[in-house]
Amino acid sequence: MIKTRRSRLPDIVTLWKTFRMATWLGWKIESNWTDPFLFAIYSLVKPLAGAAILVVMYGVITQADFEDPLFTYMYLGNAFYIYVGAILNGLVWAVIDDREHYRTLKYIYTAPIHFPTYLLGRGVATFLVSSIAVLVTVLVGVFFINVQVELSTINWPLFLITLFVGVIMIAFMGLILAGVMLLMVHHMWDLGAAVAGALYLFSGAIFPLEILPPMIRWIGYLMPITYWLELIRRSLVGPIAEEFPTLTQFSSAQLMAILLVLTTFFSVISVISFRWCEAKAREKGVIDAITNY
Amino acid sequence: MSAHTDYSPHKNSGLKLFIQTVLARAYPRVIGQQREKSWMIFEIVLPMLAISAYVFVYRAIGAPEEYIGFVVMGGAMTAFWLNILWSMSSQLYWEKETGNLALYIMAPNSMMAVLLGMALGGLFASTIRALVIVLLGSWLFRVSYEVVSFWQLFTVFFLAMVALYGMGMMAASIFLLLSREAWHLSSLAQEPVYLVSGFYFPIKNLGFWIALGASFIPLTLGMDAMRQLAFPSGTKHGFLSVPTELVVLLVLCVIFLVGAYFLLAYMERLAVREGRLTESRR
Repeated sequence: MIKTRRSRLPDIVTLWKTFRMATWLGWKIESNWTDPFLFAIYSLVKPLAGAAILVVMYGVITQADFEDPLFTYMYLGNAFYIYVGAILNGLVWAVIDDREHYRTLKYIYTAPIHFPTYLLGRGVATFLVSSIAVLVTVLVGVFFINVQVELSTINWPLFLITLFVGVIMIAFMGLILAGVMLLMVHHMWDLGAAVAGALYLFSGAIFPLEILPPMIRWIGYLMPITYWLELIRRSLVGPIAEEFPTLTQFSSAQLMAILLVLTTFFSVISVISFRWCEAKAREKGVIDAITNY
Repeated sequence: MSAHTDYSPHKNSGLKLFIQTVLARAYPRVIGQQREKSWMIFEIVLPMLAISAYVFVYRAIGAPEEYIGFVVMGGAMTAFWLNILWSMSSQLYWEKETGNLALYIMAPNSMMAVLLGMALGGLFASTIRALVIVLLGSWLFRVSYEVVSFWQLFTVFFLAMVALYGMGMMAASIFLLLSREAWHLSSLAQEPVYLVSGFYFPIKNLGFWIALGASFIPLTLGMDAMRQLAFPSGTKHGFLSVPTELVVLLVLCVIFLVGAYFLLAYMERLAVREGRLTESRR
């Protein structure tokens, strides 16, 4: 196997500079293709439509019984899952864009920066855009369809810490996919969305894990996203979260500990897998390969 | 040596050249499927899991069993919509960015044939993906079908696909004038269309006017008619009667194919006049 020059971690100043500039670049790429008004509409319509699909499905079957705790459970899970789709997709698209669209990947790769940190920085830009979408989705739910979030009962410290840890966890999961994307052709552009869609099933985002057949339910317990979403729900709507038995045997502190352990585990896996994919891509000569079907 | 030397012993033209161009453009899409086997995981297995999430939502809220079938069918049809957005509409933009578009235009073939080739190649790949998802989903979730008329079902599917890919060809010519916003427009047209076209629930539930407005997207009426023809209680959830939907789909086929022909010629002229065929505003 080719020994990658990326194996040495640069100093903290270089890492920070790389991260900061990549975030700035990502934000520019995400936002400067149109005027701010159109950009705002674009950023909101997609996630709101995604939420509306669930609202219609739920409304049709339950005769619009939005008072049921299951609706709030489902709506909030879906709203915060926007982060998962956006960040995973953002990191995959950073590779596709730089490699095949802007054709700058070879220059970035050979620049004196830390490449994985660069990709993580690009992911942060999508986090910023999706934060607006998550906020608006939750607000629409609260004001128009009776999602039962009350400002006075929100556990803010738990919410903010959970959000922070969760975003890091998702970013490292995205790094695994970015590594895989280095080895794949551009028509696999859907990789991030496809993986996010698959994890949607196992993470208890839109239904309690008890609904899944026992033979696949265990996968949900291995996913950090499951614990992350449970903590988000506990911090925003504690009494509603308690109505679903999936993780009631754990206290919030225990859940946070599990989330931290799994985040650490995934970050180690992501670094190892990214290095492997990167070395493989160099070996096959596909770092800057352009595909067109 | 003269620059005008004719190297080719035989030149095709007219219909033969048109058909050759269609086949030549479809070829890499079909062959691409064979070369990159990973598509089976990323375009079948993972989307199947995403569709399963919607199935379990219906199970969680106690929906009648036929809704599971609606989701499986709708989920399978997403393959076609994604193909239209990313491999038809925005394809000419992508070709422009990669430098192929100018070559297409310089070559002595019809651009309509290039688009048709893209459509056929994409349709082939998407049909395989959709078929596998339907079979797998039906087996996993024990979906029961009761087909009223296979002939009508096939006709609806065929007309929906012709109209849909005609729409994709039309959109491709519009996208010729776009730059980076092409990606964002494609991305924007995913979830909202899943919503208004009723991919995961019968379109009738959105009310008459929204359903009527969404009917210009061929998949809306195509899926509605297919659900009516394939499920025991399908007629109960139908928006319009199947014969009416067949007529509307036929009209959409004509509109989109004729529209694609004229729009492509117009947009190509416009893009040439404004010098945007080889422009790359990245």
